[in-house]
Amino acid sequence: MTDTQPRSVPDFGDAEETDRKLVVICSKGNLDMAYPGLVLANAALGEGISVDLFFTFWGFDMITKNRQRKLAFSPVGNTAMHLPVGGRMPQWLSPFPGMTAIATRMLRKQINDVGVPPVDEFLDQIVASGGRLWACRMSADMQGLTMKDLRDDVEDIITAADFMDLSEGAQTLFI
Amino acid sequence: MATTSVMGREIHVDAEGFLTEYDEWDEALGAELAAQIGIEMTEEHWTLVRFLRADYAETGQSATTRRVATVGGVPVKRQFELFPKKPGKKMAYVAGLPKPAGCV
Repeated sequence: MTDTQPRSVPDFGDAEETDRKLVVICSKGNLDMAYPGLVLANAALGEGISVDLFFTFWGFDMITKNRQRKLAFSPVGNTAMHLPVGGRMPQWLSPFPGMTAIATRMLRKQINDVGVPPVDEFLDQIVASGGRLWACRMSADMQGLTMKDLRDDVEDIITAADFMDLSEGAQTLFI
Repeated sequence: MATTSVMGREIHVDAEGFLTEYDEWDEALGAELAAQIGIEMTEEHWTLVRFLRADYAETGQSATTRRVATVGGVPVKRQFELFPKKPGKKMAYVAGLPKPAGCV
């Protein structure tokens, strides 16, 4: 049974001028926690939504030139860490020497296997798609970092008050 | 399954209007689909659409903007210029493919 429609064109939302805006606060520097914000920001940009990413505290490593390729993942305290052979990784094993390196390598490989880029390349793509990157003033001061330590495409180091202007009317995600 | 009429041809589409039959598409239809969403096809658009078609034939999936950049060689920024605002979905639509299923 087919149902014939006179004309069926997907609605790409071009007709209405959307002012939907997303702000993602990236506060974590662990490899696993870098991704949720990046994936959502990228998806939002692909849907024509305006996106700003604000990096604060540990999230600073994501935009710091000499750190953004070295994010690591530790199984410590993560009860959802499963072993390739099945079963849950015992918590007593997690803090053993070398475990962070092994877990990081595994996670990097899994991310790569599903076609998702490393953090620095993912940010390249987000900026190419129109996303803007902002750094937190307090985090910069605490860590003794300036604009020259950060990715060249970071717009600026801004204060908490500036962030209030930036996020006005936006949907905000804290990660 | 729903059908719709484009250029006097009956084509099968899903609930959103994306084509569901790979073989019902040809470039004349692609140009008409593009015109329906306000895009005038240039040679650069065609290069991209042909990549999507060939890639789908090979993988069975619509390429995401990431894949079009890394495998197809068209930078993401250019994709946004050619298919404004929602390049992933628009490219797939013009190419007569389902919208991309991947997250990235």
